[in-house]
Amino acid sequence: MTLEISQKMVDAIIEQSRVEYPDECCGAILGPIGSGKPVRLKPMVNAAHSPTFYEFDPKDLLALYREADDNDEEIVVIYHSHTETQAYPSRTDIAYAGEPGAHYVLVSTRKEIAPATEFRSYRIVDGVVTEEKVSITE
Amino acid sequence: MSAEVRIPTILRPYTKEQKSVNAEGENLSAIITNLDSQYPGLGERLLENGALRRFINIYINDEDVRFLGGLDAQIKAGDSVTILPAVAGG
Repeated sequence: MTLEISQKMVDAIIEQSRVEYPDECCGAILGPIGSGKPVRLKPMVNAAHSPTFYEFDPKDLLALYREADDNDEEIVVIYHSHTETQAYPSRTDIAYAGEPGAHYVLVSTRKEIAPATEFRSYRIVDGVVTEEKVSITE
Repeated sequence: MSAEVRIPTILRPYTKEQKSVNAEGENLSAIITNLDSQYPGLGERLLENGALRRFINIYINDEDVRFLGGLDAQIKAGDSVTILPAVAGG
């Protein structure tokens, strides 16, 4: 399994993570149902406003699903940033992962790796984390 | 009252992969009891020690049930109930 994603979206997510630092940033990318293609970037508000936790606001979450339904889309990618740790799913990320079909993307804003990019993708199904290749396209 | 309940992907193994099911009940608590009797095990994924789970969101039409009285939220005929796992982590 590979996540194919455009350079533009990668850049936008990394920029969002820097702007929202020291809080974690979060969002989703929608794509046509069944395509597996991340097409529409949807930055979300981190309702937790926290450097160690993120949560989509429940009202925004419903709106996101409704919008996806209306457009025959689904959530292809769910992303968030880690502020001081590596871009690997934390215990809570694994415990709350509720979209078995999504790519879970993690970026890190930790200082010792900046400005190098840490942008990684995983599947999280039934508590099992599988890292996958990220292929960045033009 | 009968309501349509939309089931998220992660809980569809309980509903034989159906995206939407019908449930009967006067309030959310009764709806969940009815869902669990039709699809055993589903109730436990929504409740913990008799309360709504913190990281499961349930909506009646467009409103989060936390603002409608939680398990006491009233269900009217034709209401649509949507269950969505929170998108959250650390």
